[in-house]
Amino acid sequence: MRPAFSVIFLTTLTGAGQGLFLALVAGQFYWVIGATPVLEAANFYVLGSLLAFCFLGIGLLSSFFHLAHPERAWRSAAAWRTSWLSREVIALPLVMGLLLAYGGVHWLGWRPVLMTFGNMKDLDLPMAVGYLGAGAAILLFVCTGMIYACMKFIQEWASPLTVLNFTLMGSASGFVFVTAYAGVMASPLWDFYAAGALILTVSALLGRLASLLRNRILKPKSSLQSAIGVRHRNLRQISRGFTAGSFNLKEFFHPGSPGLLPFLTGFYLIAAFAAPILLMAIGWRYQSAIFFALAFVIQYAGLIVERWMFFAEARHPQNLYYQKAA
Amino acid sequence: MTDTYAKQLALVIDLNTCVGCQACVTSCKSWNTSGWAGPMTDDNPYDADPAGIFFNRVQTYEAGVFPRTETIHFPKSCLHCEDPPCVPVCPTKASYKRQEDGIVLVDYDKCIGCKYCSWACPYGAREFDESEGVMKKCTLCVDRIYDADLPEAERKPACVLACPAGARLFGDISDPDSEVSIAIREEGGYQLMPEWAAKPSNHYLPRRKSRRVIHADELVRADNPLRKEGPLPKPDEKAPSLDDVTSW
Repeated sequence: MRPAFSVIFLTTLTGAGQGLFLALVAGQFYWVIGATPVLEAANFYVLGSLLAFCFLGIGLLSSFFHLAHPERAWRSAAAWRTSWLSREVIALPLVMGLLLAYGGVHWLGWRPVLMTFGNMKDLDLPMAVGYLGAGAAILLFVCTGMIYACMKFIQEWASPLTVLNFTLMGSASGFVFVTAYAGVMASPLWDFYAAGALILTVSALLGRLASLLRNRILKPKSSLQSAIGVRHRNLRQISRGFTAGSFNLKEFFHPGSPGLLPFLTGFYLIAAFAAPILLMAIGWRYQSAIFFALAFVIQYAGLIVERWMFFAEARHPQNLYYQKAA
Repeated sequence: MTDTYAKQLALVIDLNTCVGCQACVTSCKSWNTSGWAGPMTDDNPYDADPAGIFFNRVQTYEAGVFPRTETIHFPKSCLHCEDPPCVPVCPTKASYKRQEDGIVLVDYDKCIGCKYCSWACPYGAREFDESEGVMKKCTLCVDRIYDADLPEAERKPACVLACPAGARLFGDISDPDSEVSIAIREEGGYQLMPEWAAKPSNHYLPRRKSRRVIHADELVRADNPLRKEGPLPKPDEKAPSLDDVTSW
């Protein structure tokens, strides 16, 4: 498949935004359950929500560049019963709305107790909105991943690993960002976030390696034989029927040379995973936020290349019909 | 999600008959570029690196090893699947399958040009119109086949009318007595890429060898007991005749 940069930026930016939202809620939950005695200042959540909102907003803006008729984008919520793309279109503004609500109740200091549990812990409004937001963020990860995973004949995508990896990579990106942010804000949650960022980045690496391995051993179900229904062992295309260009030649083939792909795979394995893990280990050891900031930037560049490769790796069965001009 | 449809119009393409003349390709573009589904735009048509939209392509394949090869001409257009994977993924419901005849169409006024439906088609049947910004595809000439102003015999897709070899049949595959259903049933009609269970409505008839065996006695006249060549004796005008040959 041809990688579309609008979609690459959409998925990586919203991934980071959702990850950041999850990190904020996780940090608040960490305090609520009493794992840290120091209360995080409300400002931390307000500014954090705003930053996450920006990630999601720029991602949403980027998605409009994918549409030939962006003025009709409002129509795209119509098919939520059948289309994961439609569900994503609903889930994304939902997450953004809950982010505003989450930042808003923190900013207003509005924390009425909604219920008290048996262990005398309270559920206040900010935490409740946080739970809803975290749920919506995970829902959005599922929607985004399923857009690709539901294409059963694009076998590289049709796997639960696709959803898992979108979730893990987005969450890792958000947690790396929040650690740098917590360092700047001198947050008591720093160690919690640093550990989370490391664990998530390592998990994302394992998930991506699993999908790389899966793609390597994947056997295509379709062949030239099944494509035209001629059961002959020795079958080849003589002509695709035209010598000029077409949509079928552009959309479903990636523009990279065969030698470029292994290079890019190596690049993102280092930039998105190995280098950030190393930088974060150093940053955590020396309690330095700058290493986490650097790790976030390098990881983000790596994730862009990773998403590019996610498209380039996918082999669409329609390509069987478009192999030779004449 | 398989709905039931009143009819399922489809093409049946006989690969044994197709000669690869491209008449269906050009007649399709000619009809549809000025019809309901048009225009079928071209980019740089008279310049370097031209590109453009077609709803129908005729491709050529070769089986075997030279000199024992066989050339297969293979027309490909939208298969109007009974369970079309391209339809449920459309976020705006611009892609739809008509209840009344099973034709898969795109509502150009609702299409946002996200191209997701084209990803969801394993056959590459949809082509995106860059200049109009909407997805386009074969309509089975929906603007021809119901046109009461046309003589009944011409209410068929342009490609079917254009085929000089008669390799393209058009009809309702849900009616077991239709020409297309009989052809599918009796000539071994098959679907493309059955592994994805989209149940394509268009079927293909396979290549088949038709050999005629002529026995030696068929080369000799059997009704010549006297072994005499020449005109037969004229029977009497009133004599009863057994066939037209011997009658006056």
